[in-house]
Amino acid sequence: MTTKFNVNQIRDDFPILKQMVNGNPLVYLDNGATSQKPQSVIDAIVDYYTTTNSNVHRGVHTMSQQATDDYEGARTKIRQFINARDDKEIIYTRNTTEGINLVAYSYGRQNIGPGDDIIVSNMEHHSNIVPWQMLCEEKGANLRVVPIDDSGELLMDEYEKMLSPRTKLVSITHVSNALGTILPAAQIVEMAHAHGAPVLLDGAQAVPHMPVDMQELDCDFYVFSGHKLFGPTGIGILYGKAEYLEAMPPFLGGGEMIKSVTFEKTIYNDLPYKFEGGTPDIAGAIGLGAAIDYVNNLGFDQITAHEDELLRYGTDALSSIEGLKIIGTAGHKAGILSFVMDKAHPHDIGTILDEQGIAVRTGHHCAQPVMQRFKIPATARASFAFYNTKEDIDALIKGIDRVLEVFS
Amino acid sequence: MAGLSDLYQEILLEHNSKPRNFKKVDDASQTADGYNPLCGDQITLYLKVVDGVIDDVGFQGSGCAISRASASMMTQSIKGQSLEKAQEIFEAFHYMITEPGGEIDLDTLGDLETLSGINEFPTRIKCAVLAWHTMNAALSGESDVTTE
Repeated sequence: MTTKFNVNQIRDDFPILKQMVNGNPLVYLDNGATSQKPQSVIDAIVDYYTTTNSNVHRGVHTMSQQATDDYEGARTKIRQFINARDDKEIIYTRNTTEGINLVAYSYGRQNIGPGDDIIVSNMEHHSNIVPWQMLCEEKGANLRVVPIDDSGELLMDEYEKMLSPRTKLVSITHVSNALGTILPAAQIVEMAHAHGAPVLLDGAQAVPHMPVDMQELDCDFYVFSGHKLFGPTGIGILYGKAEYLEAMPPFLGGGEMIKSVTFEKTIYNDLPYKFEGGTPDIAGAIGLGAAIDYVNNLGFDQITAHEDELLRYGTDALSSIEGLKIIGTAGHKAGILSFVMDKAHPHDIGTILDEQGIAVRTGHHCAQPVMQRFKIPATARASFAFYNTKEDIDALIKGIDRVLEVFS
Repeated sequence: MAGLSDLYQEILLEHNSKPRNFKKVDDASQTADGYNPLCGDQITLYLKVVDGVIDDVGFQGSGCAISRASASMMTQSIKGQSLEKAQEIFEAFHYMITEPGGEIDLDTLGDLETLSGINEFPTRIKCAVLAWHTMNAALSGESDVTTE
């Protein structure tokens, strides 16, 4: 059951949106970096520390059992949210970066060797480049990069040509953080599978904006961060098909991830605990569960419709400004508007907008190869969430007018 | 709280749109690359030092108005100066940018004083000091420097 979408009511659920910044009401357009948290998420974390705080999977005492139930209950919510088959396929991590590194370290080191290919795209975040470069260097494997066109679309025919029996892994973003492009993920997976290669999808920028279905996508790994999904920082998710996770060696050794330890031999724990060494971010997992409840209550039908409308409105408004160029104009985009201006560098745009209480991201967005592809040093990026409004975009346009005034 | 007009003064905007000494010095005796990994600002600085004096200076690269204007004004202020004097200007500039409320050494800094408003914008200080750290690197024989 979903609640009818009323953006003003939704904004009331996010206390931070009532803030003033530099004397102006906050206009938060940096959701690609991190999203704001509804009161229900903040309450879930406070409640946990106020009433339940205990270690999980440890004690016989009541609170420990409650903490374990809540922590595992959140795992079930997350499994349902991405329609995975089994809770044991949901591994808690710190963030997207840790999820990718886990796969690179654990799956990669076991399965990738000299002369093998790992395929990424030209629009990856650094976190989906560097772990593979490190692995390639260690193993003598090759990192292959699928090019993109001027609008920010992946060149699928080039991708097809790159696939070969040497391809041992494809690791590609689901939604580009710098450009907003939504990639044809299911098709990417199907093509890789035809060549026997597993696929990791970086879903950090996808999960806040659209439903993702592990069984429909059929990807082998999927990673995302809680904090971009209206949950707390410090908690992330790695989904992996059980058949892969079962065969992979552990990532971090320690407590929680073992069944028994002697100095002669350690027996590792079952999934998902095999990959969750050490006391986890229990409050973070519970907070993420609350965030998913919040998103489910709104429903992606309404969220996507609202964000698509914002994107259309914002694209039209920015396109009409002379000397401003939108970077990333793919046909199928999530709520991200990256842009550059003839007269002002992105950092100057960012400072002038900030003076008016408007938060955008400026810089290379941890995606320097994208910047190199478009031959620009940086962009300014406005990224939307479902609590943004057309008034926020009007404020952005007014802010850009001020940039033009300063740099006239 | 300083306003935008303290930051984007006319002289800064003018140096941004028409940077001085924006060139490669072919017979440079020292060069260094400066890079701010946080924002991607990048500068190459060329110095030609003859008998302990900065005979010629030039810079190239890309960056925001603040890093560009700061680089341009720096080249103007150190050209023709002894290495000791250049070091003195560096120190006075660094102090002005990083110590809000501190006394500004107007004699040493001259026009550079107009950049003092930057010290109210902590996120932009790295932009302002990039060229200066690059100069230090060039003079001390390092080939690159990053500000973070």
